[in-house]
Amino acid sequence: MTTTKPPPTEPPAVAPRAKARPGDRIFSRSAQLAGILILVILAGVAAFLVREALPTFTADPSEIDGGEGFFSYVWPLVFGTLAAAIIALVVATPLALGIALFISHYAPRRLAQGLGYVVDLLAAIPSVVFGLWGIQWLAPQVQPAWTWLADNLGFIPIFTGPASATGRTMMTAGVVLAVMILPIITAIAREVFLQTPTLHEEAALALGATRWEMIRMAVIPFGRPGIISGIMLGLGRALGETMAVAMVLSTGGFTWSMVTAGNSTIAAEIALDFPDSSGLKTNTLIAAGLVLFAITLAVNMFARWIVSRRSEFSGAN
Amino acid sequence: MSVATKPPAQNSLAHNQLPRYTTQLVLVASAAAGAGVSALWGGFSIVSFAVLSVLIFVIVNTVLSAVVEGRRKAVDKLVTSLVYTAFGLALVPLISVIWSVLDNGTARFSMDFLTTSMRNVTGLNDQEALEGAAPFIGGAYHAILGTFLITALATLISVPIGLLTSIYLVEYGRGRLARSITFFVDVMTGIPSIVAGLFAAALFAVLFGVGTRNGFAGAVALSVLMIPVVVRSSEEMLRIVPNELREAAYALGVPKWRTIVKVVVPTAISGIASGVTLAIARVVGETAPLIVTAGFTSSINTNPFSDWMMSLPAYVYSQALRPLSGSSPQPSFDRAWAAALTLILIVMLLNLVARLIARLFAPKTGR
Repeated sequence: MTTTKPPPTEPPAVAPRAKARPGDRIFSRSAQLAGILILVILAGVAAFLVREALPTFTADPSEIDGGEGFFSYVWPLVFGTLAAAIIALVVATPLALGIALFISHYAPRRLAQGLGYVVDLLAAIPSVVFGLWGIQWLAPQVQPAWTWLADNLGFIPIFTGPASATGRTMMTAGVVLAVMILPIITAIAREVFLQTPTLHEEAALALGATRWEMIRMAVIPFGRPGIISGIMLGLGRALGETMAVAMVLSTGGFTWSMVTAGNSTIAAEIALDFPDSSGLKTNTLIAAGLVLFAITLAVNMFARWIVSRRSEFSGAN
Repeated sequence: MSVATKPPAQNSLAHNQLPRYTTQLVLVASAAAGAGVSALWGGFSIVSFAVLSVLIFVIVNTVLSAVVEGRRKAVDKLVTSLVYTAFGLALVPLISVIWSVLDNGTARFSMDFLTTSMRNVTGLNDQEALEGAAPFIGGAYHAILGTFLITALATLISVPIGLLTSIYLVEYGRGRLARSITFFVDVMTGIPSIVAGLFAAALFAVLFGVGTRNGFAGAVALSVLMIPVVVRSSEEMLRIVPNELREAAYALGVPKWRTIVKVVVPTAISGIASGVTLAIARVVGETAPLIVTAGFTSSINTNPFSDWMMSLPAYVYSQALRPLSGSSPQPSFDRAWAAALTLILIVMLLNLVARLIARLFAPKTGR
């Protein structure tokens, strides 16, 4: 931390007192105020959302969308949100770990940093562009794959046919989300892989381990908390991501099948319905937003908790 | 990281080894085989060629290694090929996104597109344009202007708050308040963008009546997303300012606030500026919060404090999902792609500027 006390001079007879300068006072107060303002903003986010959401809970259940109260309205959305995020994680996690290992341990040293930038480039592309790409390019491309899944693995509930002819399904939305969270997981995994103590790696290699055995025994155990927190942060992003799902998915009622049109996520429902909503519907959507906020908050807190635990037990020092 | 393996002298402790050129050889052979099988199996296509080649390569390379070199080497080679494949796969969406934006976006990207709005452009115009009876009209000037105004306002709100907070955290912050600010900035980083939009919408609904939509509400929503990014990056930059500089200033009798303003912040300014630019690049493409706060319009609106205001991401969204003419949507799709291209150009330009700032204005270390 910073040393802010002026260096001690020769001990005077009377202890010197720092001159109270108005400039100092004003500056430190305004800095503090800005900090407090952030807390106020966050409290405001919670307060206004709760305030606007409240009518949903006090209203007659029959007036809510669907006619059976808020919870029967929101659970299919929560299901859709989780389903899309899980598909994204299943697709993105192995890829991201592979890429991170490639950049940290496989790629030629000279290229590694440049390749890292290339993957970071994915993170710079706005989500609406991914949405546009997903609906106009990806959906037609992957549609045959979903048809194949529905035809051959249709006995599994999530692949029940008939597959959507447009390809605008939960699976496609999940794949787009996977592309979007790929750079997040990759960046964090790459960082922790690069932090593996070189001595551990060299020790493993000196004992005759192949490169994969070295990675399995030295790099992965060291990086495990980082990997988990990267996955959790990716999950947090996938849960809250709006545009990719709102644009790609052809939304509808609840269905187990991931290869047909149907289902929706909280974020997509808000984006699609909020602009034209009025009255109680607005309150219902804000309440749904509150649920989303709570879910992502829990996921992100868990991720941070793992990271903070890591710094205590890493043994890297 | 490669382990130099010299061909060992034959002894009982050494395993057989394949020659080093085996991998390249197998790669070429499986590419050829992939092309052959792909051509025989329902016509040659790039996708089936790539998939088959990789599959043949992975199997042949692994099996060959397993037979000659033993299980451990084979697993190593299998993982190596999988890792390379993963990286190759990640390049597919990146290249495909950039390619499709360039390919589709350049069709309508012109000075006209950048300098005209959508006012009085209807589906009828689009139909005529598609039939060739009338010129293609309608652009994104109003959206570019809106994005510029909203982002500028958001920057005006976020940078002072973010910078002062990071100064507080680095220079003054002690105890409970600083810890809770750090914690809640972390929490704020994880707010989904749509929730930030809902917050601004709810705030303006309470203050100015239900259904209030204007550019300023959008700017407030974006600020919620931007502040934590600014705080994080500035905090990091301020922390790496050497303490010697502060102590030297104090030793000369400079008050603390002047030390911060004249010594600490100028030293870190390049990092702070590039962090702010990156934060702008991040929020400039945010769509969801603007849809629920700033709304849509087809006309130019220069006043962010009243009336709905279009932004570039919202423009892409509305043109792609709600084409002007349902029967001939292609002109609308073209506009969406052209606007996407504009947006990506802006984001890339901002990223480039951030890099340049970081490099050009970096403090001279004098060592």
